[in-house]
Amino acid sequence: MYQVGNLVKELSARHGRDRASLMPILQGIVEKHNYLTDEAMVEVARELDISAAEVYGTASFYTFLDTVPRGKYVIRVCKTISCSMKGKGEIISTLENILKIRIGQTTSDKQFTLLETNCIGWCHKAPAILINDMPYTELTEEKVIEIIKSYMHK
Amino acid sequence: MKNVGLNKLDYIFEKINIREVLEKTYKLPNDKIIKEILDSGLKGRGGAGFPTGMKWKFTAEQKDPDKYIVCNADEGEPGTFKDRELLDRVPYKVYGGMVVAGKAIGAKNGIIYLRGEYRYMLPGLLKELDEFMKIIREIGYEFTIEFRMGSGAYICGEESALFESIEGKRGEPRNKPPYPTVSGVYGKPTSINNVETLVTAILVMRIGAAAYNQLGTKDSRGSKVFSISGDTPIPGIYELELGMTVQEFVNGFGDGDTKAVQVGGASGFCVPRKKFAETIIGFEGVPTGGSMKLFNSSRSMYNVLHNYLDFFVEESCGQCTPCRVGCQQLLKGVQKVKKGEAKSAYLNDLVKLADTMKVASKCGLGQSVGNAFRSIVENFREEIIY
Amino acid sequence: MVTLKINNEQITVPEGITVLEAARKLNIHIPVLCNHDDLCVAGNCRVCVVEQTGSRTLIASCAMPVSEGMDIHTNSMKVRNARKHIVELLLSEHRADCTKCYKNQNCELQTLANEYSFGEHLFLDIVEDHPYVIDRSSPSFIKDDSKCIRCQRCVRTCEELQHVSAIAVANKGSHQKISSFHDRPMSHVVCTNCGQCVNRCPTGALVEKTYIDHVWDAIYDPEKHVVAQTAPAVRVALGEDLGYDPGERVTGKMVSALKHLGFDSVLDTDFTADLTIMEEGTELLTRLKRALVDGDKKISLPMFTSCSPGWIKFVEHRYPEFLPNLSTCKSPQQMFGALAKTFYAQKRGIDPAKVVSVSIMPCTAKKFEADRPEMRSSGFKDVDFVLTTREFAVMIKQAGLDFRSLEPDKYDSIMGDSTGAAVIFGATGGVMEAALRTAYEIVTGREVPFKNLNITPVRGLEGVKEASVKIEGCTGDWKFLEGAVLKVAIANGLTNANKVMKSIRDGKASYHFVEIMACPGGCIGGGGQPIPTNQEIRQKRVDAIYSEDEHMTLRKSHENPEVVAIYKDFLGKPNSHKAHELLHTHYVVRESY
Repeated sequence: MYQVGNLVKELSARHGRDRASLMPILQGIVEKHNYLTDEAMVEVARELDISAAEVYGTASFYTFLDTVPRGKYVIRVCKTISCSMKGKGEIISTLENILKIRIGQTTSDKQFTLLETNCIGWCHKAPAILINDMPYTELTEEKVIEIIKSYMHK
Repeated sequence: MKNVGLNKLDYIFEKINIREVLEKTYKLPNDKIIKEILDSGLKGRGGAGFPTGMKWKFTAEQKDPDKYIVCNADEGEPGTFKDRELLDRVPYKVYGGMVVAGKAIGAKNGIIYLRGEYRYMLPGLLKELDEFMKIIREIGYEFTIEFRMGSGAYICGEESALFESIEGKRGEPRNKPPYPTVSGVYGKPTSINNVETLVTAILVMRIGAAAYNQLGTKDSRGSKVFSISGDTPIPGIYELELGMTVQEFVNGFGDGDTKAVQVGGASGFCVPRKKFAETIIGFEGVPTGGSMKLFNSSRSMYNVLHNYLDFFVEESCGQCTPCRVGCQQLLKGVQKVKKGEAKSAYLNDLVKLADTMKVASKCGLGQSVGNAFRSIVENFREEIIY
Repeated sequence: MVTLKINNEQITVPEGITVLEAARKLNIHIPVLCNHDDLCVAGNCRVCVVEQTGSRTLIASCAMPVSEGMDIHTNSMKVRNARKHIVELLLSEHRADCTKCYKNQNCELQTLANEYSFGEHLFLDIVEDHPYVIDRSSPSFIKDDSKCIRCQRCVRTCEELQHVSAIAVANKGSHQKISSFHDRPMSHVVCTNCGQCVNRCPTGALVEKTYIDHVWDAIYDPEKHVVAQTAPAVRVALGEDLGYDPGERVTGKMVSALKHLGFDSVLDTDFTADLTIMEEGTELLTRLKRALVDGDKKISLPMFTSCSPGWIKFVEHRYPEFLPNLSTCKSPQQMFGALAKTFYAQKRGIDPAKVVSVSIMPCTAKKFEADRPEMRSSGFKDVDFVLTTREFAVMIKQAGLDFRSLEPDKYDSIMGDSTGAAVIFGATGGVMEAALRTAYEIVTGREVPFKNLNITPVRGLEGVKEASVKIEGCTGDWKFLEGAVLKVAIANGLTNANKVMKSIRDGKASYHFVEIMACPGGCIGGGGQPIPTNQEIRQKRVDAIYSEDEHMTLRKSHENPEVVAIYKDFLGKPNSHKAHELLHTHYVVRESY
């Protein structure tokens, strides 16, 4: 959980209060907190004078605008055909082992969430993942472990 | 018919002096620009293949002074990653293409809709844009470019869904007519073009339509950037002349054991080995946004089909019946047939369903699911049934 | 003008209409599902697809504008095959529970299945793949996602007609559904219970919560004394569910049916409507006096009517700062309930604990209203059960009554007498007109200066109406109003209510008295009325209301003899302490989501 505080007002000052401002505002909140709390969505609804259900309906359409709690680092493993052919299964097993969670779950210290996602545009360097915005490609089990360890030390 | 063969080219990524091209174009009357693009025969590079010159012409004809150029950088087709490379290596050509398009149609505003998965590129792109804007202001262009981010929705690559997303709504495709050239983003006349199309437009303005016409075939002029992956020793981005056969392609990129090539991603066609020689890669054969996936004989085409259908079941916007329910039926259907829980004859019913989806779905996503479905089921039936 | 061919028949039509509209002009039937006369075009169900020569894909006739030279075929093989598939796809994601479903025989999906695809299912059942939820949290309606075919009519209704948007489309792909804010129960969000979505849902995904069996139980219980009250809007619409055309008045037969069903006393909400005018009229004049004579700056004006529970909940969620502006009067339904278990029980010598008070309403929000915790002024739950017009028609059928052949009957007394001013409550502008007929006469001693007492400026289906009445020739205590121009506004449908509220809040409009009805057209368009609904049907019901008014002997609330009597014998005078205890209420602030 987080306190949304003045964030919505800051974002609406930057992006405006029209319906078209909804996406940049929701993206701004997710950029900072990785997901949208109910409180955040209600604040946005109030600020833009639209219904909370509309905000939720729009947010829930987009895979990256999560409306359920996510960890500090959201790992998205590509599961589309090229990555699937090139070993995404092993990558997922490695991640599940090192983080001790399954796909869809968040570590108890709220640091990592493990998810699958669709094609992220790195098919020639499969298998690939995103950790928050950063892509990591040409992965092997060793490489994955190295990457996760580096995040754990941040 | 000219036999094109497999020709690797280097026009698209070539480093050029964008200032020169833009200065030259600035002096041209708007209709001359449109004529050049029309004469080049350039067709949209995102996959739909609409003649770019016509799109610019229709938008130019609209009386509303408030018009938009939208760059569709929502590249989401499985197996396509060329737009990322273009934005990474030659962003100024993308910006330049937008400025030229803007001049041609009379638009002062440009929007680049960048998919959320490429958000890491944004700081670099904005820096480049700053430099670029200095150049065009010096020349005298009145044009602004802003970025809008996607947030993980394949369907937002569909033009009207993209507009909806910019407008802060769910990315649900609209009813057409009206078409984007008449009513696009914010209801204004809009020309929406793929990243590669805009880059190619700069190429045409630089070398001229006549030179551009030397490449490709009558129906598929020019060259195209291909994203090649799968069972190939040399995956990556290649600029190739349009009009080659799949056989020629496989000869150059296969690993010696290619049994199928998926042309055009999940919404494209699966070409089996026996049809390699007779299939042209181009608008007269299998049109494509450039995604080429090679499968060798170790691959299960059932798994491939399953992967594609799973993709569509998730990424469909869900508003129209044939797509929302049809995708689920196709996926569940092949699963049941594979497990032996449904007769293999049920596949014929599903092919008919795919045909209905092709004609009754509201947008290109639902209309294209049937392409992969039909081509895989028809050519690899033995791998789908129990 | 545009000329086109449909099924080889040529027609010339105005530019800008759709292929569907053009086909209807030729009496060519094209099935629809997401399309509705009251709502904007969606084009998502694809049921209405037809073939256009030269087009690779089929076109949605509801969304495609006509163009010169178009050649359309509505029943070609391509169309028939597609339509059959589309119906089959819808059936595969619909939990078909027809024999037990409230919408059995009134379901648009059933009709489509019967027309285009009976026999074996073509595809696999996918209902089992979705964790469906049936939301029974609201006292007014049930939302059953397993029957939803995602036509989005409910979402468009809640957004366009009502500007509430308590529900929206959420998620995408196979998870796409119609959802409240983060899937919260409908009783915990801004839903006003107006039931307009229920009126437009083609299947049984949205239906009212029924209390038919509860009412039968009470009727058959020899210990209980069951009293019925009937709203004004019911008598001009009930017939539609019993084989009559829209706009036919069936008041006498309706009363007779209630008696045949076994109600111990058949009384009229119109009685308490008249009573409401007395209470609310007095309240308004008191506020005006406090503002204009006493100079009380804190007096809340404009005053808003308070008989529409959907409107009340809307204010409680969206404009809580205006709660003091609402009239403190209860709705006629609730006034009746409070009196049924006090005044009525006393007069009839019945133990109030044994009285069961049932109301027949055109409304779903009234079910919520009856359940409001403060509605127990009698010491018991004032209104025990609320039945919609639709439920009432079901009971008539269940009783095996031949409605058409019933002899018209009269209401019982006490609390059965009414005037024309009461019956017009059912139409938008009716409460205003009734209030003016009485208030004007109290203040000036003369009738309203309109022919036949028909105050036409406040009548009609437009969303927002404004009027001003100059008050001249005031008598006695009312001289302070001499020359004042009373400014009033009337809105129907919550989108229009929102317009009025915004203009008041932003200081762009100033009124003294505003009538707001949550439903389009007023109660005659209520969430509990017969389905289907459209502008034409609502207009016919409105015409019937005013016709009913014209045919009544008494047409002003203050002339109702039973109203005069209840003040004399029981309440004292309007706004008295006793009246406040039983007939007035308070409101609560609610969350904005």
